[in-house]
Amino acid sequence: MTDLERKRDRTPVPKEWAYAPAPEARDVVRLEERYGHYVGGTWLEPSETYTTISPATEEPLAEIAQATPEEVEAAVAAARDAFENGWSGIPAAERAKYLFRIARILQERSREFAVLESLNGGKPIKESRDVDLPLAAAHFFYYAGWADKLEYAFPNRRPRPVGVAGQIIPWNFPLLMLAWKIAPALAAGNTVVLKPAETTPLSALLFADVLRQAELPPGVVNIVTGDGRAGAALVKSDGVDKIAFTGSTEVGKAIQRELAGTGKKLTLELGGKAANIIFDDAALDQAVEGIVNGIYFNQGHVCCAGSRLLVQESIYEPVVEKLKRRLTTLRVGDPLDKNTDVGAINSKQQLDKIRELVESGEQEGAEIYQPPCRLPEQGYWFVPTVFTNVAQSYRIAQEEIFGPVLSVLTFRTPDEAVEKANNTPYGLSAGVWTEKGSRILWMAERLRAGVVWANTFNRFDPSSPFGGYKESGFGREGGRHGLEPYLHFESAEVGG
Amino acid sequence: MAQAPVLPRGFELPLEPRLPRVGSVDAVALEERAASLAKRSIKREAKVFALELAVRMMDLTTLEGQDTSGKVAALASKAIRPDPSDAGIPSVAAICVYPNLVPSALARVEGTNVKVASVATAFPSGQSPIETKLEEVRWVVEQGADEVDMVIDRGAFLSGRYAKVYDEIVQVKEACGEAHLKVILEVAELGTYDNVRRASLLAMAAGADFIKTSTGKLPGAATLPVTLCMLEAIRDVYEETGRMIGMKPAGGIRQAKQAVQYLVQLHETLGVDWLTPDLYRLGASSLLNDVLMQLRKEKTGAYQSPDYFTVD
Repeated sequence: MTDLERKRDRTPVPKEWAYAPAPEARDVVRLEERYGHYVGGTWLEPSETYTTISPATEEPLAEIAQATPEEVEAAVAAARDAFENGWSGIPAAERAKYLFRIARILQERSREFAVLESLNGGKPIKESRDVDLPLAAAHFFYYAGWADKLEYAFPNRRPRPVGVAGQIIPWNFPLLMLAWKIAPALAAGNTVVLKPAETTPLSALLFADVLRQAELPPGVVNIVTGDGRAGAALVKSDGVDKIAFTGSTEVGKAIQRELAGTGKKLTLELGGKAANIIFDDAALDQAVEGIVNGIYFNQGHVCCAGSRLLVQESIYEPVVEKLKRRLTTLRVGDPLDKNTDVGAINSKQQLDKIRELVESGEQEGAEIYQPPCRLPEQGYWFVPTVFTNVAQSYRIAQEEIFGPVLSVLTFRTPDEAVEKANNTPYGLSAGVWTEKGSRILWMAERLRAGVVWANTFNRFDPSSPFGGYKESGFGREGGRHGLEPYLHFESAEVGG
Repeated sequence: MAQAPVLPRGFELPLEPRLPRVGSVDAVALEERAASLAKRSIKREAKVFALELAVRMMDLTTLEGQDTSGKVAALASKAIRPDPSDAGIPSVAAICVYPNLVPSALARVEGTNVKVASVATAFPSGQSPIETKLEEVRWVVEQGADEVDMVIDRGAFLSGRYAKVYDEIVQVKEACGEAHLKVILEVAELGTYDNVRRASLLAMAAGADFIKTSTGKLPGAATLPVTLCMLEAIRDVYEETGRMIGMKPAGGIRQAKQAVQYLVQLHETLGVDWLTPDLYRLGASSLLNDVLMQLRKEKTGAYQSPDYFTVD
């Protein structure tokens, strides 16, 4: 063969490189057939049950208790008893020890929890493994550190625990939201009745076993399960001193109405319609990663998801091109496969809601893009979706979809970006992408959102407070601020 | 001689063919993306596919003062037939040697698909007059080298004389004639991803067939993030001009697992069209045996001792 021929000899290119399935083993998780309520350190036999499933396969996983108002009252009474006869009186450093223990046990059992979280919730194992579990443990570690330093956190304000906290958490980050709620409550010296979401109770129920291992005194944490009726009973209970709720704005408003005039403390962490704002000087490839992470992370089941993309018009075309190309590489499928990027939609109900809103977007005239994608036949699935040509007035630009659906809008100047970003009833988070530091600060001052991320998105840390403006709720979780809702301050009574 | 347009100091790329804006790179996010791609779990047939591809993409390299014809001949034999006990293992893409050893290398690979690449342009520092560099390139091409791996003038680049860097590449490309030109950026000396991106675009604009991370002579050679940064620049050039430029990470890739990570990154950044030795090379001296060991493990189910793999 001559040199020239050798050079012309092009190697054939493969048609595809299909990754072999890489499923995480399920056998680390041992499920009971039936779960009761965890009350006063023991399991309470339920009067009524329902079935919890895996949203990826619709396979039944276990029978779960549906709490009656009486059962909720029993849990509240157990929490009250634990609060008054022990927990509020033990040295703060002792409380810290329990929290440290819980954090370490979560780390030790993280694989088990991660698999369970993906199984029951439908989220990709890589996210439950790399995000949910490390952050949940980090939250307990962080608040363990505060437990005996409350006087330093709030000098001269004589912080005291509130009492019994009723906590209602959502289905998008079941264990992480549990950690966000329980860790600061216990650190501040309260006891807890926690109600996990109807569709994702299993990690909270397994957490009861962590409490047993940590030898937490009985009644300090109680877990009741069930649908909204159980949550309503908890909100109504006279024995509860504080309600912390994360979930939909609609339910949040109902809770606030219910609690008006009762003197119970309340924090609400509700919906969002965050703007992710890309300026023309941003690092584009990384901004595109941030857009993808902002809206397709956890199937878009994220209250602070960057569901509105605001792109400066001068870079609209390359950004949308890059985004579409990137979407074709997202791997949608089995949540337990280690290579899955986007998992299953959490429930049939949520899937219907996403479908309805996407349909409205098409009808209103937005242009839809969905990458070619083979979805499993069983289970609840939705293809990652981008809408372009979206007007501010469309429902998909206004309402929270809580699914893997992005609406793309454009702007011309920083002022217009701020105006459009703030033009929403929500105000939970926002993202700014620019290489210009001064512009980051300028934007952050003007964006009415609880969290403003710069050149990143969906980044959480236990030391950073999180919460909303307007219809996204009030109160902060995380950081020193996150202790405040669980404390009474006596400085006013004591006087100068 | 090709004359590059005069560039103002503020770095304007030539307008024809149209090229992407230089833009910038966010280091934190780039490294995160690279780390997340490195977590892909590649098993069974997908792994065998990657390992065989890694062999076919390898530039087996020896660049030592102590290199001799004998050493290069041994390396060439290994390149042609990496695993004497398994004829199913393909040859590597090329062997990469110093200019003096090009004739010995060519003599050994004649009649095979293995190409001969020669480093040139005062490798590894590039600190010589342009005439010397061009002379060296012409010489290795006359000897018959299929590919030339040049280094950019980092001194000029870091002092902002981008036009000098650009002109040199243009001239070297012309001196290469039919030979393929790989442009080594030596990323460890460039300091920032922004510089890596800028140098990548500069090299591609000047006519590089491949861009390559490193000489292998410095610590901190190829890394996953820096390679991703260069792949993204290649992608932008492709989107704007349709030109498909090749990529060669080199230095520090020693394990089969790393090779698979590099290929996953390539696959998910540029797509299957780049999964060919015509557009991607792995520059390495000690990677091959680990890949062979993993391939045999996939075939037989058991690891064998390093004694069963030849050390050439």
